[in-house]
Amino acid sequence: MQPLTNRSKVVGDKKLTFLEKIYLPAILNGMLITIKHFFRKKTTVKYPEVKREFAPVYRGMHVLKRDENGAERCTSCGLCAVACPAEAITMTSAERKPGEEKLYREEKYAATYEINMLRCIFCGDCEEACPKEAIFLTDRIVPSDTLRQRFVYGKDLLVEPKEENKRIDISKRQTKEVLEFKKNKELQHNKLR
Amino acid sequence: MVSYLIYKAILVLIIFGITLFIAMYSTYAERKVAAFLQDRLGPDRAGPFGILQPLADGVKMFMKEEIIPDVSNKFLFLLGPSLAMLTCLMTGAVIPWGSSITINGTPYSLQVTDVNIGILYLLGVASVGVYGIMIGGWASNNKFALLGALRASSQMISYEIGMGLSIIALVMTTGTLSIGEIAAQQHGGHWNVFYQPLGFLIFLICAFAETNRAPFDLPECESELVGGYHTEYSSMKLGFYLFAEYINMFISSAIIATLYFGGYNMPFIGRFIHDPNMLTLLGTAFLFLKIFFFIFLFMWIRWTLPRFRYDQLMNLGWKGLLPLAILNIGITGVVMWLMGKI
Repeated sequence: MQPLTNRSKVVGDKKLTFLEKIYLPAILNGMLITIKHFFRKKTTVKYPEVKREFAPVYRGMHVLKRDENGAERCTSCGLCAVACPAEAITMTSAERKPGEEKLYREEKYAATYEINMLRCIFCGDCEEACPKEAIFLTDRIVPSDTLRQRFVYGKDLLVEPKEENKRIDISKRQTKEVLEFKKNKELQHNKLR
Repeated sequence: MVSYLIYKAILVLIIFGITLFIAMYSTYAERKVAAFLQDRLGPDRAGPFGILQPLADGVKMFMKEEIIPDVSNKFLFLLGPSLAMLTCLMTGAVIPWGSSITINGTPYSLQVTDVNIGILYLLGVASVGVYGIMIGGWASNNKFALLGALRASSQMISYEIGMGLSIIALVMTTGTLSIGEIAAQQHGGHWNVFYQPLGFLIFLICAFAETNRAPFDLPECESELVGGYHTEYSSMKLGFYLFAEYINMFISSAIIATLYFGGYNMPFIGRFIHDPNMLTLLGTAFLFLKIFFFIFLFMWIRWTLPRFRYDQLMNLGWKGLLPLAILNIGITGVVMWLMGKI
């Protein structure tokens, strides 16, 4: 019969030769291989001291951005929660009182905003859904913990610091295509009223 | 008499301490060697290079909850690990850790006791060592533990025969059963491994099987028997079993080094150093160097070879090593007859 591929091999129960039967040459061969690995460069990355290099668009812990004046961008519209496939995001809204313009960018804001980091799958759909460029995924890692409750991150952990020099840089995630998309005036999704 | 007792007591304590210390650091070495052979780094968090890791492991073992199964036989359940620990520590008594140190004109031998049937003592204690595992496995009242214990006992009994027969050939050439004398005879590079290469190979393989190390670690193979004979053990009782394995490994390495690799003898060193005490200490250091090499060999083999199947293990023991050992005895006899030694 014509073989289907030229990779087929005839299998036979060939009698082992004496050298193969006494195992020892094969064992020595194996030991030679393992001892070579003994001196090889180790692949371990010692994590807290050495951090492995991330891709520029790495999706790690979220950040809630502030605008250039230091006011929170989030308007608590709930689109991120709707978009979230893991249903990790919950929030409650509140109305901005007079005098709070410095704190919140628009009339409505998120009174609480919680992401359950154990549910989150870091897909980045929240970021994509956000019409206000308020939520971004960063290259920070969600640290491990011993208590499940502590993985529900509130605004205290998510909102970036107010100080100009402590802001979280998310420019790496805004690739050229994204910036091009935002320039499109027709969409106007990011425009201040 | 009193001074003799004090000297022996101190020697016993020192050997006991060194044995425990080396066993402790063997666990660390095992993890490091395993990691290095697999391109990893191994434990490196506790102290510099992780050298405090054995302490951390020990503390962990002591802090763990101690569970004694309700259905177990309590007395035997406790006896098992104690017996395993006891027997593996007993062997160190007959090993010559060095020649002798002379203080104020009195020579102090570095061997606790040079019984004239040292080799028989070794084999006897090794046989009792099976009981620790067997009793522990049986007392747990657990099928996996029982299977592990069964495997351990049949494996160790089978391989003891090959081991004993390979030693008989050695005894034929050396003409003595005293380990101290065997070590002394190998002075000047006349290592027994050159006269008994086949016997050494058989002894080495049997030593692997006797210590339940890979590729013969069937009594505790986790992929088939959960934990084997120590499935039901927790806390430091489990620690005792694991520790006993490492002590066994150390003692086996010491026996291999003493019987076949010249023990504390260091070729050519007598030409450069003439102070006998210094020579003794250097010899002891050299013996430990050999021991460390064999401990490394144990680990090296473990992380190279896959586990044997049980029938393969029995085949190798009964159909491979036993006839080879008998053949070795025959060859040794013929060669000795031809050389006119008998």
